[in-house]
Amino acid sequence: MELVRKSDFVWEIPPSGQMKVPATIYASSRLLESVRNDKTLEQARNVACLPGIQRRSYVMPDAHQGYGFPIGGVAAFDMDEGVISPGGVGYDINCGVRLLRTDFSEKDILPKRKELLAEIFKEVPAGVGKGGVTRLSRSVLKDILSKGAEWAVESGYGTGDDLQMTEEYGRMREAGPDEISSRALERGIPQLGTLGAGNHFLEIQKVSEIFDPELARIFGVQAVGQVMVMIHCGSRGLGHQVASDYIELMTGKFGTRDLPDRELINAPVRSPIGRQYYASMCAAVNYAFANRQMITHWVREVFSRVMGSSKGMRQVYDVCHNVAKIEKHMIEGRQREVCVHRKGATRSFGPGRSEIPEVYRPHGQPVIIPGSMGTASYLLAGTAEAEELSFGSTAHGAGRRMSRHEALRRFRGEQVRDELQKKGIELQSTSWRGVAEEASGAYKDVDEVVRVSHEVGIGRLVARLVPLAVMKG
Amino acid sequence: MELDEKFRFLDHTADAMFQAFGRTLEEAFANAVLATVSLMWDPGKVEKRARRPVNVEGMDLEQILVRFLGEVVYLWETRGFLTAAAEDVCIDPSGDAFRLNAVFLGDDRPQRYEVFGDVKAVTYNEMKIERGRPASVQVVLDI
Repeated sequence: MELVRKSDFVWEIPPSGQMKVPATIYASSRLLESVRNDKTLEQARNVACLPGIQRRSYVMPDAHQGYGFPIGGVAAFDMDEGVISPGGVGYDINCGVRLLRTDFSEKDILPKRKELLAEIFKEVPAGVGKGGVTRLSRSVLKDILSKGAEWAVESGYGTGDDLQMTEEYGRMREAGPDEISSRALERGIPQLGTLGAGNHFLEIQKVSEIFDPELARIFGVQAVGQVMVMIHCGSRGLGHQVASDYIELMTGKFGTRDLPDRELINAPVRSPIGRQYYASMCAAVNYAFANRQMITHWVREVFSRVMGSSKGMRQVYDVCHNVAKIEKHMIEGRQREVCVHRKGATRSFGPGRSEIPEVYRPHGQPVIIPGSMGTASYLLAGTAEAEELSFGSTAHGAGRRMSRHEALRRFRGEQVRDELQKKGIELQSTSWRGVAEEASGAYKDVDEVVRVSHEVGIGRLVARLVPLAVMKG
Repeated sequence: MELDEKFRFLDHTADAMFQAFGRTLEEAFANAVLATVSLMWDPGKVEKRARRPVNVEGMDLEQILVRFLGEVVYLWETRGFLTAAAEDVCIDPSGDAFRLNAVFLGDDRPQRYEVFGDVKAVTYNEMKIERGRPASVQVVLDI
């Protein structure tokens, strides 16, 4: 495959064969190496062949091979001639990250860190098959699917300020709970308010470095040593089932002909089935927002009990990593509505966008990029250039570089815990095997990922965060 | 004839890819169930005390395999049922649609076992089905 170097961090696959547009990869030569070892580039090229794709098929710095679309893939489609694809969003719809600031400093937390972690572990259901706290009726679940985090706040979990500081204000209004299958509802009922397993985690962190003091202050970050809380989880089995259901439905309707990968199945954005998928996806997005809202509330309760107060635990922001959105972008000098798919990518809107909260609007939105377990995470700011360069998107994390089986061969859970402890990081998990699979050695270097984001201009560095205590689902 | 190997995991950066083998397609499908559950619990440790009939249909073999393995995840997440094995797998390719009937054996007392992983979804990505004798299937699971 022809790959042209455009600059230090920008690479291009020029159109060939069925490609309607070029593919652009944002990576350093080191990150590119790992991308070239799997099917990421081939998948980016497949995306460039889809009907109605606009400008380019984009690949973010943390990309790796997915299904259909690569993880770390961004693509926008024309509303009339373009498509919407469940494989362009991913199975874990609105897998995302929420960041809370606190008024505590590292030295306030250190003596109580173990207790905090143990209490959070008790309070926030984690791990596979750990049911949520409430047995929901279907009608309440449908209410959640339609209202998202708004439902959670109305039900006493958190405050209206939290909604202000959430992408989509915690609720995608186009949600259609009635489009959701009975099977998806069944999977959603026991899992509301759970973290889930795999790469999902909850961390108590401290600010280790501030790159942009002015933006940091606006985002609620005042000083090195300040304590933050990060929550990383998604829509659980409900979202997974929505993706599976619509892959099946679209396959039944359009067949698998002409698809290089069945997971690329798609439908015209405005077709009945395209609209149904979008409405269902929005409902799953809302489920995930409600999930993170409930977990936020429990974390604050634990801080109130253990630290004596949760005052100042304001939400910095909450971002989606796996989503499709109808957004306005400048294309060939004209502002147009397009359907932007972000699969393993974070929205990174710059100053002036009406979608971002008023307090952040003059500056750009906060972008939260979690690292792998026990490594740094980053707070970035969205940029105006990102709209030009990636439809307002940047990376979403470290990105795996080693399979879970390879990780299991190389690491032991207890050994990972001991090494973290030596670095001053407490860890609690439901499964040692899960800890080994998520060992930071199995991931790419998140520092390199955010450096590329910053250099390319699709997300500006604001602050670096390092963990003090980790709860792995 | 005993099979040397029921299933084998291959390297995949982000997720889990396996091949499952059988003297027949039915046996390969049953071994694909074993491979799937081996990511969540040890099927050898799960008591086979309860039976769950499974019936799926689809437009082709790929679709019934996705749906068949999807039943493992569904029974686990919604009923707390841990599958230990699939038995009496019967695939009927006649008629308009492919049909599959089978029975899952396992236990619905999840608190008795260590559950160490999560399977989010069964995908069509890089799926391969060899129908001969012996038969094999290749599946990527989103985990």
